[in-house]
Formats: sequence, C-alpha cells, structure tokens
Amino acid sequence: MIEQIIFYLFGGILLLSAAMVVVMRNPIHAALFLVLSFFASAAIWLLLQAEFLAITLVLVYVGAVMVLFLFVVMMLDINLVTLREGFAKFLPIGITVAVLMVTAMGLVVGADYFMSDTYMAIKSVGPDYSNTKELGMTLYTEYLYQFEVAGAILLVAIIAAISLSMNKSKITKSKKPEDQVFVKKQDRLRIVKMQSEPNTKNGESEA
Amino acid sequence: MLEIIYQFISQNLLLPLTSFLVPLDYQPQAMTVLQTIIKILAILIPVLLTVAYFTYAERKVIGFIQGRIGPNRVGFFGFSLWGLGQPIADAVKLIVKEIVIPTGSNRTLFIMAPVLSLAPSLAAWAVLPFDDTKVLANINAGLLYVLALTSLAVYGVIIAGWASNSKYAFLGALRSAAQIVAYEIAMGFALVGVVVASGSLNLGEIVNSQSGSIIHWFWLPLFPLFVIYFISGLAETNRAPFDVAEGESEIVAGFHVEYGGMAFSVFFMAEYANMILIAVLSAIMFCGGWLSPFEGIPGLEGLFTWVPPMFWLLAKTSFFMFLFLWFRATFPRYRYDQIMRLGWKVFIPITIFWLVVVSALVVTDTPPWFN
Repeated sequence: MIEQIIFYLFGGILLLSAAMVVVMRNPIHAALFLVLSFFASAAIWLLLQAEFLAITLVLVYVGAVMVLFLFVVMMLDINLVTLREGFAKFLPIGITVAVLMVTAMGLVVGADYFMSDTYMAIKSVGPDYSNTKELGMTLYTEYLYQFEVAGAILLVAIIAAISLSMNKSKITKSKKPEDQVFVKKQDRLRIVKMQSEPNTKNGESEA
Repeated sequence: MLEIIYQFISQNLLLPLTSFLVPLDYQPQAMTVLQTIIKILAILIPVLLTVAYFTYAERKVIGFIQGRIGPNRVGFFGFSLWGLGQPIADAVKLIVKEIVIPTGSNRTLFIMAPVLSLAPSLAAWAVLPFDDTKVLANINAGLLYVLALTSLAVYGVIIAGWASNSKYAFLGALRSAAQIVAYEIAMGFALVGVVVASGSLNLGEIVNSQSGSIIHWFWLPLFPLFVIYFISGLAETNRAPFDVAEGESEIVAGFHVEYGGMAFSVFFMAEYANMILIAVLSAIMFCGGWLSPFEGIPGLEGLFTWVPPMFWLLAKTSFFMFLFLWFRATFPRYRYDQIMRLGWKVFIPITIFWLVVVSALVVTDTPPWFN
C-alpha cells in the first residue's frame, strides 16, 4: 500500500521532470529537471531493493556527469529567441524520429515484457542480503571479460579525449610546476650591498 | 543516559499521542514514524548547535593563533562569558536582515540554492554510527550513500553562482565546480581503499573491523589515503587553503556575493555542517570511530572502560574540526592551477597506487590489520 503510493509519487515526478527536460526553454532548467528525474528513478530503484544501483546512479550521474553538464551549459551563450524559431519546421522530422525509435525499441524488447502477468513480485530479502556483494560476485566472475573490455574501451576514450584537447596546447602558455618547485633562492633574489640611508622622517626622502 | 531520555519520550509523549490520534490499525507504523522523527531531531539539533558554536570556535582559535582575543563581549544576562553569546547574536542579526534578490536573477533557483547546499550535509548524518547500536539507519551501502550525498553539495554552489546573474558569483561557481569534481575522484578512491581494507560498505562494520588497538585503526595501513581524504575534504568544503570559490581578495565572496541575511547564513551553516561531516567521517573511517584509543593497552584499557564510546567519536571529531581551523590560520590560499595539479596529477595517482598496495596487504593477510 505505502510502497504503491511511493511508486506512483516518484513515477509521477519522473515522468513530469522528464517531460520538462524537453519542454523547458532555458537549458539550465532543463538540466536541473534531468537531475530531478535521475533522483526519481533512483528512488524507484530503491523500491526494487537495488540500493547499490540507486545510490550509484545518484553518485555518478547526479554527482559527476550532470555537474560537468551544467558547467558546460552555463558557459554557452544561448539566445532564447533563436532557439524558439523553426519549431514547426523541425516538428515532422522530430515526430518521424520519435515514432521510429519507439517502434525499434518495441521490436527489440517485445510486447511480452509489458504484460502485467509476466511480472513477478519482487522477492523480499532479509536485511543481511547485500546487493553490492551479489553484484560484485556476478560482475567479477561471470562477466569478467565483458567488464575488462568495457574498461579498455573507456581507457581508449580517455586517451582520445586527452589527445584531442592536447592538440591546442602548443599555442597556450602554461606554467611548468616542476620548474617552479626546483627554484632556488639564488635564481630569483639578488642581494646588493649598499650604504644605509640617512635617517629620514616618515620615510620621506630628503631630496 | 540517552536511552533513558529516549524511552521516557516515547513512553510518555509518543505513545499517548498515537493512541489518541491514529486509528488502531496504523498505530505501530505511526509510532515508528514518530520515533524516527525524535531520533532525527536528537541528531540534527546537536549538529546545528555545533555549527553555531563552531563559528565561535573558529574566531576564537584563529584569534589565539594570531595573538588576538577574538569575540569576548556578547554574553548572557550581563555577563560576558568569553563571548559565548556571539553565535546567537549573529544568528538573530542574520534572521532579521532583509534578503535582497537581485534584479535579473533567477528567483526560484536563487532561493533554492542555499537549501540545496545545506540539505545533503544534514541528510548524510542518517547513516553515521555513534556507537555499536546508536545509528539512525543501519544500511548496507552506508558509505556509498555518504559519498553520493557529499557529491551533491556542489549543486548549491553552482546554482547560486548562476542564478545570481553576477560575474563574480559565476566565476566562483565555475571554480568550485571544477575543483569539487577533481577532488571527488581522489576522495572516492581513498574511500575505495577503506572498503577494500574493511570488506564492507556499512559504516558500523568499517569501525568494527578496526578494533584491536590504536595501531589496528586504518590510519596506519591507509596512511596516504587518510591524508588525501582529509585534504580532499578541505577542498570539497571550499575551505582554506582551497577556498578559491570565495576568494575574497579576487572575486569578493565568490558564489554567495549576492546573498544576504538568512539566505547567506544558510550557506554559512552548510559550509560548517560539511566540515563537521568530513571530520566525523575521517574519525569513523580512519581513526576507529567510537573505539577507545586505549584499547589493547593493558592497564590503561581498564581505566577508561567507564567512558561512553560516543565520547571517543566526538573527541576525534573535535580534533579534526580543530585541524580545519588550524589550516585556515596557517596556510595561504593555493593558486588555482596548483589546486588542479594537486588533485589530478598528485592525489589520483597516489590513491590508485595505494589501492594496489592495500589490495596486496589484504590478499596476503598481513598482520596485524588483515589477519
């Protein structure tokens, strides 16, 4: 009963915020609604007793990915008026793409999965059951090769991203921290022997 | 003592309340909800009081370090009492001040931002264990929960910077976002080391796996991770020497330059609540939480058995809180490129290396920690 209320509450928030991501004119607001929809789906995953996945969703997507997203979107210079233009022109293309995507997904997933009689009730497990441990066992034994391949792909992506951004660095002037660390007093400071100045009042020179 | 007060409240206040107001079928559930609210209050009210007096402690401690006296005038009932009334006076002043919302700012987000920065740092207290039995929510993935919530604190800063529609605030927000993302990775890896060493994500089990003596605590086998965790904590909370997001000498006050009154003070509270949270997490994960430092020492161990375990946790937390103040009084602000270099090029490689070392120690059952 209470679980149903919670499910419908967060399901409603999820659908609403997902719709707002598309509808919102201001990209910052859209990104923030995306954050809200991540939260709502994390709450629904918690209802499925998948606490590891739910918290990881918040940690990775909300805590890191969306922060960078906002970071980029905030720095864009967006003119809201030009953004609204051409809505009618792109509408047919948008509808075609949407219909295609829905049919493709429907064909892949199949209608069987969406019948209520194929759903099983969630098996309730005791408080000692650790979702994290089970996931780890499956991931590092059964799916070890897939896991390693995914890791290698991500590594390639990191190297590609770094090499793309390093291309420009020939024209930028950056400090070399290793040189800064090894600076000695003699490199920067020159001590000159000189006669002491005669005593003056309030630091003003006599001349 | 706390148990007696709790029992008294639930017997004499909550039980009559539920039996009057709630239909018979739902009474147990209502009772659970009310008891949980009482427990939440029992955690949050002391935390917020600590936040208030932490600001006082900061001014006093930094004052003494710099050879000043610090606030010593505001007291109670005509007695100055070393200035103990100062935080209350400050709070009253900030509450009665007007909140100015700048023209051209985004009104909703402007108001939301301080709340978004305070709420996660208070919500994280839900899973923190105060001793073997005293914990509000003893969940399996406690450490992940804490990590997820501390990573949310950046939203308050970013949204405040953007919604203010001010260049200084925006610069502060951008600095803070880049800095927090950089240090979160090092922080996460340091915590992975803790998970590897303890074999659990549950904070209570992490503390229990450190039992033995002071050298069994994780600060010794995970020493580099311990240092990196605390320094990343400084960076995550935007504290000196990593406080470039505020940088009063360059960008006035950074992300909260447009805030005044209560809206500003909520940011202020969030900063201090985050510091307390980092301090208590350092105590739990690297310094044995509620475990007594005299455990395992013959003679001394027996002398201190009367001390409640919670006292040790609070003492360790206070020590780490003092470190925050000490650092602020001691170090000059880092240059921004040095901050980024330290996070990405120094901390992350060290944590990854030490992760390998810890895994090797665990696999080989190295005494005295992992046998």
